[in-house]
Amino acid sequence: MSERAVELEVLRYNPETDKEPHFQRYALSCPQEWVVLDVLNKIKESVDPTLSYRWSCHMAVCGSCGMMINGEPKLACKAFLRDYRGTIRVEPLRHFPIERDLVTVIDDFVAKLARVKPYLIPKEPPPEGAEYRQTPAQLKRYKQFTLCINCMLCYAACPEYGLIPKYLGPAAIALGHRWNLDSRDGGREARQEELAATEGAWECSFVGACSEVCPEHVDPAGAIQQVKIESTVDWYRAHLMPWTNKQK
Amino acid sequence: MSRAPYERPITSEWIFRHPRYLRYMVREFSCLFIGGWTLLMVWGLHQLSQGPAAWAAFLELLRSPASVGFHLLTLAFALYHSTTWFNLTPKALPVPFIAAAHYAGWAALSVVILALAL
Amino acid sequence: MARSNKPIVWGPFAAGGTLTAFLTPVLVLLTLLAALGHVPEALAYESMRAFASHWLGKLALAGVIGLSLWSAAHRLRITLYDLGVRADALVAALLYAATLACTALAIYDLLKL
Repeated sequence: MSERAVELEVLRYNPETDKEPHFQRYALSCPQEWVVLDVLNKIKESVDPTLSYRWSCHMAVCGSCGMMINGEPKLACKAFLRDYRGTIRVEPLRHFPIERDLVTVIDDFVAKLARVKPYLIPKEPPPEGAEYRQTPAQLKRYKQFTLCINCMLCYAACPEYGLIPKYLGPAAIALGHRWNLDSRDGGREARQEELAATEGAWECSFVGACSEVCPEHVDPAGAIQQVKIESTVDWYRAHLMPWTNKQK
Repeated sequence: MSRAPYERPITSEWIFRHPRYLRYMVREFSCLFIGGWTLLMVWGLHQLSQGPAAWAAFLELLRSPASVGFHLLTLAFALYHSTTWFNLTPKALPVPFIAAAHYAGWAALSVVILALAL
Repeated sequence: MARSNKPIVWGPFAAGGTLTAFLTPVLVLLTLLAALGHVPEALAYESMRAFASHWLGKLALAGVIGLSLWSAAHRLRITLYDLGVRADALVAALLYAATLACTALAIYDLLKL
């Protein structure tokens, strides 16, 4: 196993002592097969125990280690050293407040996930004493939108979320859409209050960055456009054919 | 331990942070040329309604170097708008072969219009 | 959170964007040919006049002009916001009003033909 010289430039911020974040350099020798997360772990272990960051699975399924690596939102456990030359710049995920070092405040994101009612609102109860049944085709319709690992890379990539913090955002909208597309679910109307609001799908200008950076290929951009089209059809039907509106 | 979350300021430099944002801006800027060309055609329509002399003057205006330059840019931007639009269509409407169908339709329509117009 | 009325402006934007994607390049090619000195048959005064005199021609021209302008205006509105112009309501009002005015002018001319 051969080693290579690695230099990381990490954005540090200590809320108790710092007015502003500042960069700190670390130079060490690492196996060339490593990922950035491995380097951070080695730094914390043997160079600077004060470095703070989130991580867990180290296999791109938990969504904890999202950060900006050379300006791109990436999972640190999936950022291979072999893909980088020179000094590697590591910063906390953009568009979120910095709690400390590479740890961001994610309360806004978590609250938004809850707002889209991300649970089954059954169309009807399951058959007597049995379970809901779903064909492979029905599963395929929403399967890709279930793959989200809540890593927030899409929020860091989305310029509209950066400009408009109230925006629901790619992952939350994709999650709401996932339930809307589920054949067992009858909650689309209920979710429209959030998804079809101004701060819902309508803040999206289809930059598409969210889908490009998504490590699980969820394609939130696609979900958002589908929500826009559904919401537009809803709107014109409700306004041009008011007799079809359900009584509240 | 006291919390003091730090909010990084947002500036317009996000556009230059990655080629994809620049490409997005180029796509969005196509609206200036497509819109501008349409306005030019609105003027042409107005000239058409004023009679053959006015129409001839409009064709003369089209022949100016500025107009030729504007047309070349508009054609490039219009093509970029078309290709980006068709490439994104499958995301909004996940129907099999929808992008290919759009491209085929676009080619057919363009050929028909050229055949009728030339 | 109330449902947005964005669909009023987004519907025509999507229609106009699709229309311009299919139609604008070939039309620009035609006027480019005219600009380069080779005026296509269809752009001669008599053919244009004939086309614009027919009610179908008027409908087509009004539709293409209106939707093309609207989708450009909507995109410009979004772009200005992306570039940091915060007065979205004002920008929207100005751009959509200008679009409707230019479309009205075009319809006025079409009715004269």
